[in-house]
Amino acid sequence: MIMEVTVTVNGHAYTRTIEPRLLLTHFLRDELGLTGTHWGCDTSNCGTCVVWLDDVPVKSCTVLAVMADGRQVRTVEGLEGADGLDPVQQGFVACHGLQCGFCTPGMLMTARWLIDHNPAPSEGDIREAISGQLCRCTGYENIVRSVRWAAEHEAGVREHTVEEAGTEVQA
Amino acid sequence: MQVPAQFRYEKASSVEHALTLLDRFGAESRVVAGGHSLIPMMKLRLAQPEALIDINDLDELATISVEQSTLCIGALVRHTDLLSSALVGEHFPIFADAERVIADPVVRNRGTVGGSLCQADPSEDLSAAFAAVRGEAVIQSADGVRTVPVREFFVGPYQTVVEPGELLVQLRVPIRSSASAYLKVERRAGDWAVAAAGAELRLADGVLAETGIGLTALGAPNFHASEAEDFLTGGPATDERFAEAGRIAARHCNPIADQRGPEAYKRHLAATLVDRVLRVARTRWNGLHPEEEAR
Amino acid sequence: MTAVEQPETPLGHGNMRRKEDARFIRGRGTYVDDVTLPGMLHGAVLRSPYAHARIVSIDTSAAQAHPKVRAVITGETLAGLNLAWMPTLSHDVQAVLATDKVRFQGQEVAFVVAEDRYSARDALELIDVDYEALPPVIDARQALAEDAPVIRDDLEGRTDNHIFDWESGDAAATDDVFASAEVVAAQDMLYPRVHPAPLETCGAVADMDAVTGKLTVWTTTQAPHAHRTIYALVAGLPEHKIRIISPDIGGGFGNKVGIYPGYVCAVVGSIVTGKPVKWVEDRSENLMSTSFARDYHMHGEIAATKDGRILGLRVNVLADHGAFNGTAQPTKFPAGFFGVFTGSYDLEAAHCSVTGVYTNKAPGGVAYACSFRITEAVYLVERLVDVLAFDLGMDPAELRMKNLLRPEQFPYRSKTGWEYDSGDYPTALRAALDLADYPALRAEQALKRERGEQMGIGVAFFTEAVGAGPRKHMDILGLGMADGAELRVHPTGKAVLRLSCQTQGQGHETTFAQIVGEELGISPDDIDVVHGDTDQTPFGLGTYGSRSTPVSGAAAAVVARKVRERARIVASAMLEVSADDLEWEKGRWFVRGDVEAGRTIQEIALAAHSDLELPEGVEGHLDATCVYNPPNLTYPFGAYVCVVDVDADTGQVTVRRFVAVDDCGVRINPMIVEGQVHGGLADGVGMALMQVMAFDEDGNHLGGSFMDYLLPTSMECPSWELGETVTPSPHHPIGAKGIGESATVGSPAAVVNAVVDALRPFGVRHADMPLTPAAVWSAAQGTPLRTDLAIT
Repeated sequence: MIMEVTVTVNGHAYTRTIEPRLLLTHFLRDELGLTGTHWGCDTSNCGTCVVWLDDVPVKSCTVLAVMADGRQVRTVEGLEGADGLDPVQQGFVACHGLQCGFCTPGMLMTARWLIDHNPAPSEGDIREAISGQLCRCTGYENIVRSVRWAAEHEAGVREHTVEEAGTEVQA
Repeated sequence: MQVPAQFRYEKASSVEHALTLLDRFGAESRVVAGGHSLIPMMKLRLAQPEALIDINDLDELATISVEQSTLCIGALVRHTDLLSSALVGEHFPIFADAERVIADPVVRNRGTVGGSLCQADPSEDLSAAFAAVRGEAVIQSADGVRTVPVREFFVGPYQTVVEPGELLVQLRVPIRSSASAYLKVERRAGDWAVAAAGAELRLADGVLAETGIGLTALGAPNFHASEAEDFLTGGPATDERFAEAGRIAARHCNPIADQRGPEAYKRHLAATLVDRVLRVARTRWNGLHPEEEAR
Repeated sequence: MTAVEQPETPLGHGNMRRKEDARFIRGRGTYVDDVTLPGMLHGAVLRSPYAHARIVSIDTSAAQAHPKVRAVITGETLAGLNLAWMPTLSHDVQAVLATDKVRFQGQEVAFVVAEDRYSARDALELIDVDYEALPPVIDARQALAEDAPVIRDDLEGRTDNHIFDWESGDAAATDDVFASAEVVAAQDMLYPRVHPAPLETCGAVADMDAVTGKLTVWTTTQAPHAHRTIYALVAGLPEHKIRIISPDIGGGFGNKVGIYPGYVCAVVGSIVTGKPVKWVEDRSENLMSTSFARDYHMHGEIAATKDGRILGLRVNVLADHGAFNGTAQPTKFPAGFFGVFTGSYDLEAAHCSVTGVYTNKAPGGVAYACSFRITEAVYLVERLVDVLAFDLGMDPAELRMKNLLRPEQFPYRSKTGWEYDSGDYPTALRAALDLADYPALRAEQALKRERGEQMGIGVAFFTEAVGAGPRKHMDILGLGMADGAELRVHPTGKAVLRLSCQTQGQGHETTFAQIVGEELGISPDDIDVVHGDTDQTPFGLGTYGSRSTPVSGAAAAVVARKVRERARIVASAMLEVSADDLEWEKGRWFVRGDVEAGRTIQEIALAAHSDLELPEGVEGHLDATCVYNPPNLTYPFGAYVCVVDVDADTGQVTVRRFVAVDDCGVRINPMIVEGQVHGGLADGVGMALMQVMAFDEDGNHLGGSFMDYLLPTSMECPSWELGETVTPSPHHPIGAKGIGESATVGSPAAVVNAVVDALRPFGVRHADMPLTPAAVWSAAQGTPLRTDLAIT
């Protein structure tokens, strides 16, 4: 069985003919070439595949692409706008919130959603929000700091390049 | 990455449409909502349904409401909505306690209450929570609607009374003056329970007029501890009696040894968690009813 | 702790944002599964459901008939190409696809190449393999039993499951010390089998160009050059016709050092079909078949005086190496660097013996940020010191302070022959105890114990030996462990550094630019670091064992200094003075006594490419190459304090605080160093509390997904509290020692010591990892050893 679906990803409508078993992760990566969304397990435990489906973070390895038919998806590629980098992107650079970068897109999507719904998250709020997303490099410390940085700089100037974003490390 | 085998996909546009599709595709079809139990099993090819019936568009099943003094929770309510519902929290805090330790926030955004119950995993937290508060499951088919107590909903591990052609549409809990709580021991945040217990109680004239004790991952028949409930009901809510109720629950459950621990440990947890969760529920009752504080 | 803005790029060492972040925060990294080539096909591996079974027959006809399948490869196919077996990194062989028997659950049996990844998976279900089950050897302690089934009957003359015996130290002297010691404490302990589990699984895209005969492999490798050489040896392909590209790597931690059968199958698949073939394993395949780590059954004894002076250590180890001996370590060290088990202490004698055995489990053993088994060594000695403290009724921090090597003893030659380069151990331990406010913690603990609450304080001190290594002692498969580096300064003063090692998240593109920047006074922003492509970089052994900074980092500094000396000659021609009369300040040569008369490195670079007349015999341009052969290992060290709260009734452990004072010598980018420590500390919490690969008696893997192989989340990790001391390495060009694995090595012992300390009121002296709630409860009930892991 094949089906035609239209999924709006980062504001662009994409129409593709797919098998209903195609996972949303693979739809984004293989059909649309949006490889910023990763996968790292088969059991919805690692969270490297987190994207927004109709404004809610979901694990796209456990969502069928057909379920997104007629819906909105936002991925890491949709964070940077014409007005520059998203504060969460700047925060992860400024606070060294990433090392290998593999969990980063999923972490960024959850962080963006968290700050949208909780403008001043506590350390506990942040740890809870990312608790379903594994990171093997950072021990989570700098991810927490990065999200707090982003919350604190939400109203700040959006930088266009990371070179302009300062380095913020703990002394 | 593991991927599912091929299947036919149908999107239901109404409950009636869903039931029509269930009739059409029969026993080899599966209903999918959040998919967080079913899709991983399909990837492992432990489940290979011929057809999937997607009910995600059935908004009428995604509401939480009070009708005739009964809390009505649609089968399609997402875990995150049950967790954040002020209505649910006001009447049955056991659900927020349980939801807070179910999987993780992103999974909770997608997974549904009905899906969790229908999966009937022996370690499902919501099964114990609904059993504790004596909820009812509303099951619909082309022939009509039937209501089954949650305590009779489960036939065995991964098996429920929902027949081919039927759809779980709602969970109902009669609203009454009560206090409730849920406690879980897990190996790590987001893991399935090593053991967990839920409690619901109501005091009248200093004695327990109603007691509900739910257990999960402990092999308790239908996710509840009836012997411990029977022991408590009608007597005072004392520490000593709570501890004894824990011991009774531990004797009557049937945990199995696995990676989460040996049987003796799980039995010990049954006793400990039942005792503790009853105390939490009692503290909540006392907070609601300072004038007739139980000990 | 306060935040410090540092927007400026330092002209060398110092905190600096990472150059690689710009692509990662936009989802623009390129990992192996992101590589897509025209006409690319997809591979999938069929794996054994049995731990030990004879293959009776394999019927691939139904899979071959699948409309989207292009090829099905079996061991028989490979045998025809002489590729059914491949060498391991420990001079054994491993089946690429099984021909005779399967020897662990998850072993590779067949390979399907199809038009898309879903069809490849579908076709696996169409392959019919007839197995004859054989009794497996799962418990390493049963591997040498008389009646144990022989796993490796493929090896000529093999009649048992014994791999090697190895020993270190002076047995007789150690026995003498123990015979006369006032106190001897002994403890059995298991460092269980764990897995590094990087979030990106292993994979490859192989592209054999039939016209040019060139094979290009994009693959998850921490050691691209070593892989190229091994492919040449395995496949008989000319080495210059092989190009290994290691693109962005989603974490390695030792998981991506070796060559896995899937990579070879992808190569063969490309040769057979004439198309590029992508193979990326799923998570279960990663956990069940690729390099595990540890699995050391250890018996340790420690001898001391009554007042707590440690005199000797005696250790026996049974090492479970799985079905093929595929451990990755220097050839002369079959037990890795376990020989540094004397740790950080001044003692009179020590001896260890290690026996390696085959079992019906996946191969591996040296992986997971272990610095070649120093994790096991540190865990052993740090647990034994705590056991001794328990027996003596001494404070474990005080006992350590009493026995640590003193600064004046460095360079220190250990009783097992290792030469520790530099250290000031007491200062580091004091710093950690101060940061934790150790006396206040002990006072709090005493109060809580009176109330029946369990709080534990764990102390651990570690010494690492990293940066392998000196060529005369260390090689892998005969390849000496020296690293090359090439540096070219362009006419405008921008530069490119080419490295043999490969980052998996460590930030090499930043750190190595900073090393060169520091030496030449060129902004790191102006230095491009090229790595991970064998066609573009000089030879070297790769990134593992914390060797990048100690070896390739030294190479980068040395090659920059060579360029600086070349620049001096050019400057002398520009300034028309003798080179001997020039002095260097960062970024500039100037005439001694006349600071104004000088030339910047950028001016010199332009001149070096110009028509400037250079002295006789001096070539133009500004570049250099070098090969760095380290004179010794480097020895990072640190002191850790962990504080836990334990609910003894449920067995739940909460890590409340973790203080880590690390000394890795000179810190090139402190921000990156601290990030590496953070990650390693989380590993320690994970291994101590939850990570384990268990098996049932039939050899079924019980940790084959992230539902069962638990990794720590943000909820189990406390906010790490870091401190530092800096004791430069005397032999490293910039005094750096390496930091990548320190925290993973040192932290498990601190966490376990803390939990055991919390359980002291229950008389608990030791408890095996992982300290899950069930294990903690069992320990409090008097069952501290994890017999369930070994399946007795």
